[in-house]
Amino acid sequence: MAHARPEQKNEPWKDPGATPYVRIDKVTKKFGEFVAVDDVTLHIYRGEIFCLLGGSGCGKTTLLRMMAGFETPTAGTISLDGVDITAMPPYERPVNMMFQSYALFPHMTVEQNVAFGLRQDRVAKSEIRDRVAEMLKLVHMDAFAKRKPHQLSGGQRQRVALARSLVKRPKLLLLDEPLAALDKKLREHTQFELINIQETLGVTFVVVTHDQEEAMTLATRIGVMNHGEIVQTGTPTEIYEYPGSRFVADFIGSVNLFEGRLIEDEPDYVRVRSDELGGVFHVGHGVSAAPDATVWVALRPEKIQISRERPDGDGDNRVQGTVAEIAYRGDQSVYLVRLANGRQVRVTQPNIIRQGSLRISWDDAVWLGWDSASPVVVTR
Amino acid sequence: MNARKSVFVLTMLVLGFVFLYGPILSLIIYSFNESRLVTVWGGFSVKWYRELLQNQQLLGAAWLSLKIAALNATCATVLGTLAGLALARFGAFRGRALLMGMATAPLVMPEVITGLSLLLLFVAMEQAIGWPAGRGMTTITIAHITFSMAYVTVVVQSRLAALDESLEEAAMDLGARPAKVFFLITLPIIMPAILAGWLLAFTLSWDDLVIASFVSGPGASTLPIVIFSKVRLGVSPDINALATILVLIVAIGIVTAGIYMQRQQKRRDLDVQRAIAAND
Repeated sequence: MAHARPEQKNEPWKDPGATPYVRIDKVTKKFGEFVAVDDVTLHIYRGEIFCLLGGSGCGKTTLLRMMAGFETPTAGTISLDGVDITAMPPYERPVNMMFQSYALFPHMTVEQNVAFGLRQDRVAKSEIRDRVAEMLKLVHMDAFAKRKPHQLSGGQRQRVALARSLVKRPKLLLLDEPLAALDKKLREHTQFELINIQETLGVTFVVVTHDQEEAMTLATRIGVMNHGEIVQTGTPTEIYEYPGSRFVADFIGSVNLFEGRLIEDEPDYVRVRSDELGGVFHVGHGVSAAPDATVWVALRPEKIQISRERPDGDGDNRVQGTVAEIAYRGDQSVYLVRLANGRQVRVTQPNIIRQGSLRISWDDAVWLGWDSASPVVVTR
Repeated sequence: MNARKSVFVLTMLVLGFVFLYGPILSLIIYSFNESRLVTVWGGFSVKWYRELLQNQQLLGAAWLSLKIAALNATCATVLGTLAGLALARFGAFRGRALLMGMATAPLVMPEVITGLSLLLLFVAMEQAIGWPAGRGMTTITIAHITFSMAYVTVVVQSRLAALDESLEEAAMDLGARPAKVFFLITLPIIMPAILAGWLLAFTLSWDDLVIASFVSGPGASTLPIVIFSKVRLGVSPDINALATILVLIVAIGIVTAGIYMQRQQKRRDLDVQRAIAAND
């Protein structure tokens, strides 16, 4: 999972003295009996690209719409830059939104679309002209100023929508599935462009997405949502390498989850016996759980070594099985290995050498092994 | 097999067209009849058109019908648009289901009943508050608005339902207050539906006979009423001439609109194709 931006040196969320820019405090939203957002507290800092990630119906869009002002929280407050905006109507908020459908006005040209927001604020005509031109140049749409939305391709529409939502220089830009309507190649390209634009303008972004790869690429931090709650907040690396629960581990990327019991609990390592694995995990980090408690071990497919020879070392962190399925994906191969107890384990290996470096075939007896730094123990 | 099939299709086509347009065609032909008797061909002539232009009763009725139809269409469009907007955009307010049912009820209500009940209402109102004094253009217009508004409501509501609501939200997000959103975004986008509603209301009023007969008074006969009463006394050929002119006007209108829309669509398709071809 590539991380696009260089690791930022300033990480305000780690500084207890830093003031959050957006403060979502105990916000709940009910539609009748249905609780869409359940007591969410979230702090977002200036200049972040914060991604709300979750499946459909997890409440991420409702949370975003409350920040935009289209929904009013049933309980709780939202403040931006120290001002309580909970009850402020959308047309007064210093917040703009880029819609999933782009919502370009079909009866206006690209130029008129971008100028719309400035016109509402009665900005001087000459200034509108300059700012619209500057913004269209930034998104490389200056050649299309006189076109109508239906004369544009999907990618061009997306850029006009971005220009329109940025031209008012909002304190906060909300993006609802910004890249979902683009095809894969274009999406990748646009992700990096979005990051560049964000860094140029310094606007704080909140992005809603169901696409975990998109969240990993864009975000400074990710908030994973499920059933209206934020289940984990962290940098992409934290979320991927140290998932806090089975849900997060399973939702981000693919993972092998094994149920087991703590048999040894030390400050710097634990050992977990798992009948599902038919062996013992030696995990190189401490766990806050009672001895003998039921825990789950999450192991990413790419962190498992597959080999026909028995790995060196003691008996932990290894298991024997037979290859049940192989999927050749070009850049990597996916192996499904059946253990002695019938459980299947997913293993991915990069194809460093052409035509498969390992030449492992169907029904081969193989050994799976991993480093003690690779598995993660989750307690819920 | 194929030849037999094409013969069948052709026959059906001809029969269908004859069934639909035979009566109108015969009306047009007989409008150029020299003879006073409608059913006997007496040679080609345009004398009934000349006579028509001197028939003050028919011309007056046509003018009245035109005024009522235009006034009705305008009022019904305003009211129908508001009702459509309320139904499509204001969520589940109290009495929504009732408004929905009641606004569209005139679509299925028998015209005789609508006409009769309106007549009773107007008479009762005149006795109670003295308005509307007598029956005439005012009462006919009001009666027409009540039922043609239902058609406009349905047209506008269905257009609004298909309109992406995030367009309105986007405008609000960019700083436009709700009233401004309506006039700058919603109204221009649904304008074609509103125009269609206006034309529909105009047509409904223009050819309404039943309701108008109930609520019209002496000296306020619309064109359908005049034609109908004349026909009862025996068809005079100048009615044929009048009908031919009406058919001609409608045909020109429809053909023009059709060509215009087809051109628009073609241009749009071409634009979209170009946009796709220029995809980055």
